[in-house]
Amino acid sequence: MHIVVCVKQVPDTKIIKINPRTNTLDRRSAPAILNPYDAHAVQAAANLKKDLDANISVLSMGPPQAVAVIKKSIEIGADRGFLITDRAFAGADTLATSYALSKALEKISEENPIDMVICGKHAIDGDTGQVGPGIARRLDIPPITNVIEIVEVNVKERTVLIKRKIIGGYELIQAPLPCLLTVEKELNDVEYSPLPNMIRAARYEPVIWSVSDLGEVDRTQLGLKGSPTIVGKMFTPPKLEGGKRIEGTTDEQIKQLLEILMDREELFEAK
Amino acid sequence: MFNDYRGVWVYIEQNDGVIEGVALELLGAGRKLADKLEVPLSGVLLGDNVKSLCSTVFEFGADKVYLIDNPVLKDYRTESYMTGVNMLCEKYKPEIFLYGATPNGKDLASAVATDLSTGLTADTTMLDVEVETRLLEASRPAFGGNIMATILCKKHRPQMATVRPKVMKALSPERGRIGTIIEETIGLREEDMRTKVLKIVKDVGKKVNLAEAHIIVAGGKGLGDEKGFQLIHELADVLGGTVGASRDVVEAGWISHDYQVGQTGETVTPKLYFAIGISGAIQHVVGMKNSEMIIAINKDENAPIFDVATYGIVGDAFDIVPKLIEQFRNSRKQKGGEISYV
Ligand SMILES: Cc1cc2nc3c(=O)[nH]c(=O)nc-3n(C[C@H](O)[C@H](O)[C@H](O)COP(=O)(O)OP(=O)(O)OC[C@H]3O[C@@H](n4cnc5c(N)ncnc54)[C@H](O)[C@@H]3O)c2cc1C
Ligand SMILES: Cc1cc2nc3c(=O)[nH]c(=O)nc-3n(C[C@H](O)[C@H](O)[C@H](O)COP(=O)(O)OP(=O)(O)OC[C@H]3O[C@@H](n4cnc5c(N)ncnc54)[C@H](O)[C@@H]3O)c2cc1C
Repeated sequence: MHIVVCVKQVPDTKIIKINPRTNTLDRRSAPAILNPYDAHAVQAAANLKKDLDANISVLSMGPPQAVAVIKKSIEIGADRGFLITDRAFAGADTLATSYALSKALEKISEENPIDMVICGKHAIDGDTGQVGPGIARRLDIPPITNVIEIVEVNVKERTVLIKRKIIGGYELIQAPLPCLLTVEKELNDVEYSPLPNMIRAARYEPVIWSVSDLGEVDRTQLGLKGSPTIVGKMFTPPKLEGGKRIEGTTDEQIKQLLEILMDREELFEAK
Repeated sequence: MFNDYRGVWVYIEQNDGVIEGVALELLGAGRKLADKLEVPLSGVLLGDNVKSLCSTVFEFGADKVYLIDNPVLKDYRTESYMTGVNMLCEKYKPEIFLYGATPNGKDLASAVATDLSTGLTADTTMLDVEVETRLLEASRPAFGGNIMATILCKKHRPQMATVRPKVMKALSPERGRIGTIIEETIGLREEDMRTKVLKIVKDVGKKVNLAEAHIIVAGGKGLGDEKGFQLIHELADVLGGTVGASRDVVEAGWISHDYQVGQTGETVTPKLYFAIGISGAIQHVVGMKNSEMIIAINKDENAPIFDVATYGIVGDAFDIVPKLIEQFRNSRKQKGGEISYV
């Protein structure tokens, strides 16, 4: 069983600071981390490995520094890592990103056929959630998005049972292998990395590929050139008027607020 | 360049024969775009035995419905729905195609965009169209800061976008309004399907249902710590409301993600929304700005939350909220029974 997890390096939006004057983000303040959903994706693969005889690879597209998220994935339990890095990938939207990643997956598969691809539900920076389903289409394998539980992997029958989040509940899906999952955070808790993994990760050097290593690639489908969407403009949303201020001492403020609320009788009508 | 691509389409997501609210909202938004471009507005409806839903789609503003009715389409599956939608797009060539940003809507739109090699803007919160160029301007909050990015798709058709539920407004339905049904078939059989939906489980008795709540008392980092956040629970309790939270509160672990309001949480439209100790970052505001009445309590008079608040109170939550709770308890007693906010 060969599982490949797609992992993205993202700025840590929890720590990122926004300059209130210019409304832009202070990128220096943002350390790069493994996309949190992808950490859950790697953990999911690591958990499967405990029960199955599985082999886990991780794949990332990004600048050379993205090696850091591959090392992090090794700490969590991945066996191997691949980084595709090239100027030709820069400026990719989700269509071009899924193209580049699917080409790398095809290449990985030549050597060791892939049984399952796992992605995060979304990346916390671009935040589209479109890359996973895009990869699945390109590889022509069924996508199962918003996964909250991997109930069973039956290697002999080559099927999986998956719980997928839907509006107001979940559905239980049976899919064949190979397939692609995008995972939610509630799937698992990312565990503390065992010491041997940490040691291995520190020394680990991933396989690094440029475009020319990927075999037959249509360069017009990569990066900015291969991206149908572009950012037209950035703007600060029109400032809303804002309503009334309730002034006075605390007690006066409360009194006024109660009057306003008591006036809205409909709020007090019993159902 | 794209003269053979015309018309605005809306994906009519239905689950179990019930149309999702976001589809009706998108018909409202799509109507405006279609009128500007002087083209018809169409709904795209797939399912098993769903023809009777067409009348609702017309009443909410569509001129046409593209319908595929097939037992294979009983439950949503990417492969079957995508096959149908791709076929319709290739045959009828819409210029704009909108989907609700629900789990199934996003899943379908991503697959269709890949097959059609076209652009897809995710989680849009504003939509417009430039009439001259016929370009869809789909805007979404950009990563970090109070900034929106307008995403364009100049060289590919259809221009597609997913749109967050509850940010657009449905039109009031026009009784008896009718339109044209264009029915198509797909040759899919159950045996051809790779995935099976074995069962669908609704979480009845789910504790949090922010999207449906009429009163939400939301707290932010300004409450200091988990103990301070208890005030939010108490106020919600006395008002019969539901607790909400900013993402920073969720990240701090004071409450679970189910309670998060905003871009990466729930979009809410209650009658009454309290924002207490919440600064009002755009990612929070997009999730609550359509509430009927917003009351903000913040000790920073320049906090952006005041720009969306119907009533703003500059002050310390620890002074104000305990007194509010007490006052509400008293007024409940005076009114001689439960004050239940609908
Ligand atoms: C402000 C802004 C708005 C944008 N809006 C859009 C838009 O509306 N439409 C659009 O098509 N593009 C958009 N983009 C571009 C988009 O962010 C990039 O294409 C990005 O490379 C991938 O999208 P994502 O971050 O949304 O990933 P998601 O689709 O959210 O990622 C889901 C999963 O895919 C995998 N994955 C994603 N990227 C990589 C990677 N580089 N390496 C390995 N695995 C990966 C991970 O498993 C991840 O968890 C936008 C970018 C910006 C800055
Ligand atoms: C991709 C992305 C997605 C995001 N999605 C979301 C989302 O879905 N939802 C969301 O909420 N955020 C989201 N965020 C985070 C958002 O940008 C803000 O960081 C967050 O909303 C801030 O939370 P806060 O208002 O609780 O905290 P802060 O910004 O720290 O604000 C605390 C406020 O409390 C006030 N205060 C302090 N003490 C008191 C007191 N004693 N009494 C009264 N007021 C007091 C302060 O004046 C301040 O205004 C997202 C960010 C990114 C980058």
